[in-house]
Amino acid sequence: MSVLVYTESENGKFKKNAYEVASYAHEVARKMGTSVTAIAFHTEAPEVLGSYGVARVLRVTSDALATFNARAYASVIARAAQKESATVLVISSSTDSRFLGAILAGKLKAGYVPNVVAVPEGISPIVVRRTVFSNKGFAHSQIDAAIGIIGVSSNAFGHKENPVEVAVEDFEPAMKDSDFSTRSVEIDKVQGKTTIADADIVVSGGRGLKGPENWGMIEELAEVLGAATACSKPVSDLGWRPHSEHVGQTGKPVASKLYVAVGISGAIQHLAGVSASKVKVVINSDPEAPFFKAADYGIVGDAFKVVPELIEKLKEFKAQNA
Amino acid sequence: MPINMKILVCISNVPDTTSKINFTSGDSKFDTAGVQFVINPNDEFGLTRAMWFKEKQGATLHVATVGGAGTEPTIRKALAIGADEAIRIDAEPSDGYFVARQLAEIVKVGEYDLIIAGRESIDYNGGMVPGIMAALLGMNFVNTCISLEIEENKVTAIREIDGGKEKITTNLPLIIGGQKGLVQESDLRIPNMRGIMMARQKKLQVAPAIDAPQVTRDLSFDKPAPKGNIKMIDAGNVGELVELLHKEAKVI
Repeated sequence: MSVLVYTESENGKFKKNAYEVASYAHEVARKMGTSVTAIAFHTEAPEVLGSYGVARVLRVTSDALATFNARAYASVIARAAQKESATVLVISSSTDSRFLGAILAGKLKAGYVPNVVAVPEGISPIVVRRTVFSNKGFAHSQIDAAIGIIGVSSNAFGHKENPVEVAVEDFEPAMKDSDFSTRSVEIDKVQGKTTIADADIVVSGGRGLKGPENWGMIEELAEVLGAATACSKPVSDLGWRPHSEHVGQTGKPVASKLYVAVGISGAIQHLAGVSASKVKVVINSDPEAPFFKAADYGIVGDAFKVVPELIEKLKEFKAQNA
Repeated sequence: MPINMKILVCISNVPDTTSKINFTSGDSKFDTAGVQFVINPNDEFGLTRAMWFKEKQGATLHVATVGGAGTEPTIRKALAIGADEAIRIDAEPSDGYFVARQLAEIVKVGEYDLIIAGRESIDYNGGMVPGIMAALLGMNFVNTCISLEIEENKVTAIREIDGGKEKITTNLPLIIGGQKGLVQESDLRIPNMRGIMMARQKKLQVAPAIDAPQVTRDLSFDKPAPKGNIKMIDAGNVGELVELLHKEAKVI
């Protein structure tokens, strides 16, 4: 019996969510009276996971597994779960983890609960709280299988330091050709830009911005806040911004610490998609915009005046608090 | 694409995106009163892409759902849009594993080349049915798929990743978890009268469920706490917002 955690990495470095899932796994293991083993692919310093309560790291270094491949990674993780006799597997709710989490659930005949927002309410059997109906509700879900997979929502638990002694062990299971039957041929990704999934702060623009040419100030506001940029569904449907920026029920969910909505009226589908964000700021010229009913701070005003001024004030604030 | 490519589109019957969500029976069940059910939006993008393969490349197109008789209007709509045949597995879709086992059985028997499901259903957001099917069937799988091209049995797909996209090559048979991008919103079809009339003549097979376990269970539900009162800031005093975000909300 142990807890296995898949800690995502990119270009040799752990992603931010790796520390969150490791912290979460430590809390689950503590409740179960066991320890945490992590599986990490191509990471330069796997021992840092010890700070977050990971006692053992299975380190995968084979060249064939240098970049994410859902089927191949799922094979390796399934083998690691068997080796460690893991009864609980903790993963993130990133696009990659959800991709391989489903494959793992099939392989291990596991009870998979994604979008989990809190530590388990019960351990034997496992009961967790998760979002359903695109954040319009929560379910308390019980796992009735020998192996459970918990998909932790981003920013739901945070990083918690629990330093333990950590042992790193190489893990190179034999792979089959079929593990690599889907091949990545090209990745098109803006480097060095915060993604919506990883962001603490998200700045989002709606149709109130009138056209794609006006996104400069959204980008600038995001830059000064260290935020990711996002948009409403109509904006992505109109082709002003790529679909990967569309947040809401049929787009990406947002669970940031701060969500700033500019020129977004707040359709029910949009509000659902961003409701997991902790603090919401709404800037809209229409005082009747439904978003004001779901926000923490609001400014009724012309975005083309308010946003540039907000950028200035934030720059001043940063200069004073640097 | 192969001669006579067979496509199965898996459809989930979900509340319309504008639905108000309430729970009933001591918060143990979703309250369906007054709720309109539709084809899951992610599945509808996939269905529309499948129609392209049918019309341009002569593919055969079947749709399947797991659900009671109440889901038939939704699956009839898929027939009215243009699917050739429908299969309804007569069982409550109790969890993702159970549903995937049912659909995997249909895929085995029907020998489909391409299985299109949605990235997730917008009700329970499990997002696991296509992935579990892929594991059970040992098939290739591309999730969050936003582009799909097929030549002979060679597949070029693009999937959305956090902060960008990834191009993937693979072969049929293939399962995808589809979403917007496979086709655009404006490509979605509203069934016309002729389609609706023809759908009545099309085969809708009701199949019994196979034995499969349920591995997760929703014990109860609750709703997000109502939001406290919003604090309004004068448009002429934007500095106050910065102050509040720093000192009160402590997010900057």
